[in-house]
Amino acid sequence: MNPAIEAKSLRKTYGSVTAIDDLSLTIHSGEIFGLLGPNGAGKSTTLRILITVLKPTSGTATVLGHDVVEEADTVRSLIGYVPQERAIDRFLTGREHLELLGDLYHLPKAHAQERIKELLKLVDLEEQADRAAKTYSGGMKRKLDIACGLLPNPKIVFLDEPTLGLDVQSRLRIWDYIRQLREQGITIVMTTNYLEEADQLCDRLAIIDGGKIKVIGSPKELKAGLGGDRLILTVKESQLEKLDQLSEGVKPLPYVRDIRKIDNGLDIRVESPEKSLPGVLEVANRIDCQIDGIEYHRPRLDDVFVSFTGHAIKGEYPEVVVEE
Amino acid sequence: MNFPHYKQEVLALTLRWVRRLSREKFSMLFTLVQPMLFWLIFFGSLFQRAADIEVLQAPNYMSFLAGGVVVMTVLNNGLAGGVDLLFDKENGFLERMMSTPIHRTSVILSRYLFVMAITGMQILVILGIAFLFGVTPITGLLGIGVIMIIGMLFGIGLTAISMAMAFSVKSHGDFFSMLGFLSLPMIFLSSALVPLSAMPGWMQAMAFLNPMTWVIDAVRPLIITGWEAAIPQVAMALVILAIFDAICLYGGAKAFQKAIG
Repeated sequence: MNPAIEAKSLRKTYGSVTAIDDLSLTIHSGEIFGLLGPNGAGKSTTLRILITVLKPTSGTATVLGHDVVEEADTVRSLIGYVPQERAIDRFLTGREHLELLGDLYHLPKAHAQERIKELLKLVDLEEQADRAAKTYSGGMKRKLDIACGLLPNPKIVFLDEPTLGLDVQSRLRIWDYIRQLREQGITIVMTTNYLEEADQLCDRLAIIDGGKIKVIGSPKELKAGLGGDRLILTVKESQLEKLDQLSEGVKPLPYVRDIRKIDNGLDIRVESPEKSLPGVLEVANRIDCQIDGIEYHRPRLDDVFVSFTGHAIKGEYPEVVVEE
Repeated sequence: MNFPHYKQEVLALTLRWVRRLSREKFSMLFTLVQPMLFWLIFFGSLFQRAADIEVLQAPNYMSFLAGGVVVMTVLNNGLAGGVDLLFDKENGFLERMMSTPIHRTSVILSRYLFVMAITGMQILVILGIAFLFGVTPITGLLGIGVIMIIGMLFGIGLTAISMAMAFSVKSHGDFFSMLGFLSLPMIFLSSALVPLSAMPGWMQAMAFLNPMTWVIDAVRPLIITGWEAAIPQVAMALVILAIFDAICLYGGAKAFQKAIG
């Protein structure tokens, strides 16, 4: 099967600033592919090159076999684009947005009307279709956006931060639409800085940071690749000088794979917390190091992110409690 | 280029500008039409007796001012012509349009069609108001036609400047301060309000280099003096506008290429 999208050594610079650097990736037909990274990481730049509105400084990319620079017009007619919610004309109604785009995609009028009717029904906007977009809620605007992106009956839909700033309910609704699209065989390419979204929704994802791809894989693979669960020990300030000793003592234990020092304790990668914990505590007891807190969990996508980029992503949903 | 497709795009995009305007009637009225009417009615009435008819070479100040206000309307309209594109650029609507298989010039052309239509209507409104104050263009309907053509030719260059600014500024704050910086000096350093002969030497020199002066000097005789005086001025204005438009369109095209490349 031919890949839906293939990018080779893409590079985009603005003067001395490099937005993306030597970026290569392959996106398969029919998958939901996520570009995950913090703001300014280069994921939007990548997306905009793929949808032909930005020319790469060097490198090439093809969408369904067509070059995004040389055959930009062909690419444009095959894809749908769902920009961020603010790209809406407040003065136009939902239906007028769709009619405008129908003409920009050169759909015959009758066909466009039929398609618009279908799409308004799909995204459940029939009742509000003739109200000016300025009266729409964030969720309604996003639904209109998605309808706009689907209007040309595209093979690939690109979504830029599809759930940014939405409430939980709207977010789940949008995830549903995206999954429905995949079931129809449409390839989805989306950017996100939400770890949970990338984890739940994407079949595969690329972690982008500082303009470079750090790793590509399915969320499951990436998490498994970390090699083991995380066991985090924290100690009181008075015990900090004993950390090195503790670390030395823990290292030879079976089930322990890797140890990293963190600010107030140790971050230990273990095969099984149940089996390794007694041994670790015994070492702490022996050297008389008082443990303040113990936490362990299965590897999560944020662990993957930290391990490949060296820092945490600041894109968690506000309502998600992040354990320290 | 596929002509039926091009026509379909441009018509749809132009219809969008018309729809926006029809839903923003008040802002349109207040920002564009009203100030121009104020210039004509208040400024015109205020200086009606203070202005020296000998200096003006016109029957009265109102008739002198009418040509100036027509061109000021074109100026303000043209310089504001890129504002909507600026907002489209900022909120991503431009990018949405550019991700569709439209010809890259369609958005620009639609904007031109719209701005030119509005400019033409406003010229008629200004001349209509002037008529109510007793100013009848001496060259008649044909003269009014020539005034509209000159006004639109001037508008093409101005709109190009405005769009170039819209595509190159970092924020809309910058855009509006540049707009303010451009528009008033363009008016005062031209023959819009007083003839060049009444200006101090240094202002005269600057007004001489202002294309707006040449445009006004072609429009004014069409209103107050007649064809004989007007024809050489109109010819001169056409030459200057050809150069002015060529420069502005070139700059505008460069800025556009840079913004969407």
